[in-house]
Amino acid sequence: MEYVHSDNGKHDAPDTPLEYQSETGRLNILGFWVFLGAEIALFATLFASYLVLVGRYADGPTPGELFEVKGVLIETFLLLTSSFTCGLAIHEMRRNSLKGLIVWLGITLLLGLGFLGFEIYEFVHYIHEGASLTTSAYWSGFFVLVGTHGAHVTMGIAWMILIIIQLVQRGLTKQTTRKVFVASLYWHFLDVVWIFIFTAVYLYGMVMHHG
Amino acid sequence: MAKKCSHFPWQHLIGFLLSIVLTLVALWAGLYSGFSMTIIIVIIVTLASVQAIIQLFMFMHMTESSNGKHQTHVMIHSAFIAVILVAGTIWVLSYGFH
Repeated sequence: MEYVHSDNGKHDAPDTPLEYQSETGRLNILGFWVFLGAEIALFATLFASYLVLVGRYADGPTPGELFEVKGVLIETFLLLTSSFTCGLAIHEMRRNSLKGLIVWLGITLLLGLGFLGFEIYEFVHYIHEGASLTTSAYWSGFFVLVGTHGAHVTMGIAWMILIIIQLVQRGLTKQTTRKVFVASLYWHFLDVVWIFIFTAVYLYGMVMHHG
Repeated sequence: MAKKCSHFPWQHLIGFLLSIVLTLVALWAGLYSGFSMTIIIVIIVTLASVQAIIQLFMFMHMTESSNGKHQTHVMIHSAFIAVILVAGTIWVLSYGFH
């Protein structure tokens, strides 16, 4: 077990980020990567069922009729930028700047809320156009896949608010930096999932409509 | 391993710009290139995978810490599971191999 030996020396180096300085911190972060692996399996099943149900519209609207390039791009760039600003927050954290960390986390939070707002607007729009969870097998697959991602974003926003509160109360410690780092992994992961939703759901849906 | 923290986050900026470019290229390939459906699917899935890898390395620091190897193994393993799940399901259910 290399974990056992890893506390000797190299992790006490002054340039080791705080969140990696304790054994617990390192194992928590590794554990979170394992959780993300499970999340990948979860989303893979949802992508698989969505892709199999493409074309099963049951007289309901088709995605080509409802998807719009502009709305999808706004959502994509909001989430992509929030992933970038979340990375900047970690960068600030590692420069020991509590203020920089909180500012960039706050911006990430706002971009995440913007994304969520656009997504809710999009869902309401689709339901008004006659495409809801129960309209057809296709739209069930769509709402379950994209909705599960949206639920994860909502959860991420709540998580980030709680972490900002803790940062204000406790400052930068081995515990708080580890919590921020784990939350940042979660947030980047949500953008990774969105890249595939953008590709497999929206882009593919619009390509079929064009073609 | 511990990464030196320079004053300017170049790694993040480059990752961000690459992600924007890849997204726009995928959009162009899908809607305006006029390629055949098969070629478009190959291109956009490849671009999405590249962008995911950029996120893992440039934003998520996957290879950092003494557990970097384990973290990378977990991701490779779950990517493998995901590919089998998605490709296998499509193969069996959409192309009638049941």
